[in-house]
Amino acid sequence: MNRKYEFSFPVEGKNFDDAGKASVEIKRLLKELGIAGDVLRRTAIATYESEVNIISYAWKGTINVRVTDNNISIKIQDSGPGITDIEQAMRQGYSTADDRIREMGFGAGMGLFNIKNCSDGFEISSKVNKGTLLKILINR
Amino acid sequence: MTLREIANLLDAKVLTGEKYLDTEVKTAFSADLMSDVLAFAKPGSIMITGLTNPQIVRIANIVDNSAIIIVRGKTPPDETIRLAEELDIPVLSTRYILFETSGKLYANGIIGCVGKIEGPGSVVPL
Repeated sequence: MNRKYEFSFPVEGKNFDDAGKASVEIKRLLKELGIAGDVLRRTAIATYESEVNIISYAWKGTINVRVTDNNISIKIQDSGPGITDIEQAMRQGYSTADDRIREMGFGAGMGLFNIKNCSDGFEISSKVNKGTLLKILINR
Repeated sequence: MTLREIANLLDAKVLTGEKYLDTEVKTAFSADLMSDVLAFAKPGSIMITGLTNPQIVRIANIVDNSAIIIVRGKTPPDETIRLAEELDIPVLSTRYILFETSGKLYANGIIGCVGKIEGPGSVVPL
């Protein structure tokens, strides 16, 4: 039988104190669904970096997680300034982070790269002054 | 080494997680950059860091760190400790600096989580 589970978490831009809250909750829910090991880990890392990205750069966003028997697909949609040059943003070490982000231990230009590294499928699209959409697929 | 032995070696204060001190630890990852912890830390490893904000606890939960060691004698805010209690992650605080803390553990058989980084996304294991 094919089972599907789906949940969404809103993430507020600039809410640095709560950074990671949604991802910890997503990890807990996935664990409850019997997801473990490397798959759980990669999903949790990818959502964490994405959550930090929304908080750091966007106005607001949502993390949507859909679990099927075969895979986990994560959609991260934000409204915000968007990314002008995606290729540049993907490059390790490139960052536009401010002090607040760096104090938290982020903003070294590793985020998108880490997310891609955890994913079996990775798609990013962005519109300047509208927002960014990130689609991640992790095979179970 | 157990967390208890580590706490003794580093003359560390156990801020929370007393009941987990018999946990056996083999690996550690030292960083003030949380993106690197997310990228490289192994499940069961200790996170050694100079940061004290609650995010370090959430990161430890995500990568399944067995404990957090805060270096340079820093005292984390109450919310960090509260969150660590809630998520069952022991937190120790030592006055040694990051280098000394890592060195003392390494000299006692604790190893890192990865070897070298060869290039983008390519890691050489220990």
